[in-house]
Amino acid sequence: MKFTVDWLKNHLDTKFNNNQIIDKLTNIGLEVESFESSTSELDTFIVAKIINAKTHPNADRLKLCDVDIGSDKTIEVVCGAPNAKNGLLTVYAPPGSIIPKNQMKLSVSKIRGVTSYGMLCSEAELLLSNQSDGIIELKNNKYANKIGEKYFKNTSEKVIDLSITPNRPDCLGVRGIARDLSAAGAGTLKINKKSNLKYRGNQNINVTIKKEKAQGCTIFGSCLIKGVTNKESPKWLKDKILSLGQKPISAIVDITNYVMFDLNRPLHAYDADKIDNEVIVRSSSKGESFEALDNKKYILENDMCVISDRSGVLGLGGIIGGTRSGTEYSTKNILLESAYFLPRSIRKTSKQLNIDTDAKFRFERGIDPLSIEEGLIKASELIKQICGGEISNLDVKKIDNYKKTIINFDPFLFEKTTGFNVENKELIKILEKLGFDISKNKKILNLVVPSWRPDITQSIDIVEEIVRIKGYEHINTSEPIKTRLKPTLNYYQKLFHFLQRSVASKGYLETVTWSFTDSKINQLFKENDEEIPIVNPISSDLNVLRNSIFPNLLFYLKKNLDRGFKDISLFEIGPAFKGKNPGDQLTVIGAVRAGKVSRLSWNDKERIVDTFDVKKDVIQSLCEAGIDKDDIVIDDKTPSYYHPGKSGGVYQNKNEKNALAYFGEIHPNIIKKLDIKTEGLVIFEICLDYIKDSKQKMKDLKSEYKFSDFQKSERDFAFIINKNFKSQELVNIIKSVDDKLIKSVRVFDVFEGENIPEGKKSIAVNVTIQSEEKTLNENDLEDINKLIISSVESKSGAKIRS
Amino acid sequence: MSDIKKIKDDYIDKLNKENNVDKVNNIKSELFGKNGIISNEFKKLGSISVEERKKLASDLNKVKDELQNKISIKIQEIETKEINLKLEKEKIDVTLPERDIKIGKIHPVSQVIDEISSIFSEIGFSVEEGPDVENEYNNFTALNTPDNHPARDMHDTFYLDNNKELLLRTHTSPVQVRTMLKGKPPFKIIAPGRTYRSDSDQTHAPMFHQVEGLHIDKNINMGHLKGCLNYFIKEFFEVDKIKMRFRPSHFPFTEPSAEVDIGYEIKNGKIVIGEGDKWLEILGCGMVHPNVLKNVKVNPSKYQGYAFGIGIDRLGMLKYGINDLRAFFETDYRWLSHFGFDPLDVPSNYRGLSR
Repeated sequence: MKFTVDWLKNHLDTKFNNNQIIDKLTNIGLEVESFESSTSELDTFIVAKIINAKTHPNADRLKLCDVDIGSDKTIEVVCGAPNAKNGLLTVYAPPGSIIPKNQMKLSVSKIRGVTSYGMLCSEAELLLSNQSDGIIELKNNKYANKIGEKYFKNTSEKVIDLSITPNRPDCLGVRGIARDLSAAGAGTLKINKKSNLKYRGNQNINVTIKKEKAQGCTIFGSCLIKGVTNKESPKWLKDKILSLGQKPISAIVDITNYVMFDLNRPLHAYDADKIDNEVIVRSSSKGESFEALDNKKYILENDMCVISDRSGVLGLGGIIGGTRSGTEYSTKNILLESAYFLPRSIRKTSKQLNIDTDAKFRFERGIDPLSIEEGLIKASELIKQICGGEISNLDVKKIDNYKKTIINFDPFLFEKTTGFNVENKELIKILEKLGFDISKNKKILNLVVPSWRPDITQSIDIVEEIVRIKGYEHINTSEPIKTRLKPTLNYYQKLFHFLQRSVASKGYLETVTWSFTDSKINQLFKENDEEIPIVNPISSDLNVLRNSIFPNLLFYLKKNLDRGFKDISLFEIGPAFKGKNPGDQLTVIGAVRAGKVSRLSWNDKERIVDTFDVKKDVIQSLCEAGIDKDDIVIDDKTPSYYHPGKSGGVYQNKNEKNALAYFGEIHPNIIKKLDIKTEGLVIFEICLDYIKDSKQKMKDLKSEYKFSDFQKSERDFAFIINKNFKSQELVNIIKSVDDKLIKSVRVFDVFEGENIPEGKKSIAVNVTIQSEEKTLNENDLEDINKLIISSVESKSGAKIRS
Repeated sequence: MSDIKKIKDDYIDKLNKENNVDKVNNIKSELFGKNGIISNEFKKLGSISVEERKKLASDLNKVKDELQNKISIKIQEIETKEINLKLEKEKIDVTLPERDIKIGKIHPVSQVIDEISSIFSEIGFSVEEGPDVENEYNNFTALNTPDNHPARDMHDTFYLDNNKELLLRTHTSPVQVRTMLKGKPPFKIIAPGRTYRSDSDQTHAPMFHQVEGLHIDKNINMGHLKGCLNYFIKEFFEVDKIKMRFRPSHFPFTEPSAEVDIGYEIKNGKIVIGEGDKWLEILGCGMVHPNVLKNVKVNPSKYQGYAFGIGIDRLGMLKYGINDLRAFFETDYRWLSHFGFDPLDVPSNYRGLSR
């Protein structure tokens, strides 16, 4: 909402200076976005002086002018005006300017073979008058020392731009703003002058509001103004329109706009002679169409509120008028409309047709239904004043009566909500100035809400009115109450925290990527999940919710590889979506590692990152987050985007359904499809939701401290075993021989090839044996050795290597 | 006696020349072994007269002590020499690079979320979460923003279905709704998380982060709201004093509503929070609207309280001097390394919020 301080002072008697007004506006909730001279298209027009005008070499009627525009060099302009002569002060438009008359944008052009840099303007071209015979002749005494300055500068007063919240339609008019300021002590609201308008005759175009279920109009007020002379607006009106950042069109249109911004009362003027017999306010039928004042043709759906005549649609009520009945300079008779349209209907129609106008913006938020007459009178008066004509009696048709909103307000609610007290007297004064009618009933105030405040419906709204006008600075700052109702984090939130920092501590950079991704990449990772498209994506390559974190992670991995990084470790912790309903999401860590370990090291051998690097990262992170390593079971079944032979799943227990983590190489097909160029690429993922809350807290988890001081023995075994036999199983078989005596089993060599039969491998393990009761003698150890060998051989089909 | 002395002198001489531990040990057994020279001398003691024996024994013991002493000194000498020699050979260039250090980092958004959680934890708030996909009711209607309300235009919403029933939450406020629906008052929670709006330019990203705050109890008023936020901002920016301004505004789900500005100034091209005469809007807040309380089955005549919503990314940008919001989500390795935090740098009250 834009306006000038001058305009405000039409409604407000105030001693406040500009800065005080600005501060006050912000303090009462009318946020000032800016306070500056409006930048308009007219800013480019400059006072200039013709230094030398000579005849164009190729055209007798054209002149070639050297023009002083206040810069170092003169500019050469081709000009057709007969009055262009040496020493003339005039208005110059540089290339890029938009000429108000025809809205053409000037460019550097050749006119009859000579390049012209810009143009010298006539009054008509600047819409200052109809004078188009020659260029503007500026008075020497006034403009001689203003060469190079903006020609239109003087007319643009500083403009206040307010950001009005959607609950305050009343402040979409200058008078509403003045009212708020007066309530806040910034002046006195001026009383509207009583109109002494004389009406002659009746409004004899019949108006009907059809009683329909979807009817979007409840009141339609109008009057006829006959015998007007439409023309350009006078300067004061043009200035007002310009200060809004809008273009003056004609007196009649400018007046309706002026009243809209002044009183927040949208109006529409029809050329009465173009209305076919009568005005019918009704709901549209699908397929009806009309050409609107924005020069677009709209095809309507059912149930849009239209103003029509016998020939069809004239315009969309409260949104936009049509060209068929639009006013022109030649218009003689006007039908002026001042109506009330339902916000819901306006919003629906404008959304469907995608139209945004100043009128729509206001009706959508709620116009004062009691301002019908006021708007008609104010606009008619101005039209009569500027364009002449006779005004008919006002005709107001209604299908619904305005009902007052009454609130019984207990002032105690104010203190209860805000924590401070305002005397009843002051509170009543504030409400009165805002336009409330107040009567007292013991402690309760019976408030009649002003008709221009559709946002006020209940007591809390009254509290807000009082506190914002009184000022938020009066609210005390209480010490924070430190009472705690429950622990800050629950198990999964703690897990999130631990795992996030645990993974990062393994050298991974945490990233945050969009929750959406490119469906083409996503489908490589979505497995059996449903694809979740976004109806209105920000771009076509961010068109689905991610089913996995990897599509984004690999996309950005590639970008970083392209930047020249070779060894990259990245991870993200966040949602992966499994369905489109709320809650169909898992919290997942996705991590990628690319490149080499010990690249360009002077002492270590370089090697490409491999599955066991990420296996270590994932297992260690899980252990750090509190999972018992002894419980962890590894499986080789993994999602299809993993390399089928070089990846594994991690389970918290043998019988778990869901793997809580996967690790391994990515499937070569995917690397190829995504065109990722790196020496090695391994990934892991942890699904936090699948980790079981042990319910045991650290204080319960620590078991009794027991250790054995008896001598430890170590024995090495090597078995020849089927190639596909899993080392984990071998270890489990050995452990199960005697889980009291066998303290640890460690695989220290795996070998295939020479001396090993085809399809077999050799696994060497180191077994630590220790009793908690005695030192084992050679016989004891020999017994265990034998038992280990026989168990392994019988359970796995392995043979001890001798 | 002269024999013994000669033996002694000979061997002292021999030991002096010797430079090898093994050879010294050989000498030792030559002298003191089972049939060693000195050992044999001691054996002779049995066959001589008592008087002679006394003298000879005393002499022998002296020689024995002297030689043994010499041997052990000699061994020590040689060993020291050998170690010194070894050390000299083993000198390495310690300025050669260590094995690779892989430094991981925590994203600034995560760090800031932890900072915020730590601060609010101090004054008794617990952390709640809600899903990223929401239904229309929780995101708008329950929050007093019915379908025909122009306030909906302030949120450019991503939808997941054509009926506009399912959407990506445009703010963290639906967590208020979920929390209150599933529990009983009092409520005292914060809810950090991802939020989504379909605009994208230098200062807007289609995804960003907010933290919601909600405190509902019997007598919670705007003074508590002011106190809570004042505490938070001071703690977050780690300053003693903060210039703060509460300005009336409008949100459908709070009433009265406020926007909060903090004072700042630009010093040497850097933004300094807390002082100065410029204002920066950092959050929106207000008293939870009675309509919202009714929608979540909380009796507004018994319970009241405040809610707030803060842009997390924005706070991080201000505190850590990050200029471009879009860079948060672009996964540039250089940016992550530069602005990321050490994983051990866990924000906490007792150790300090940030290093």
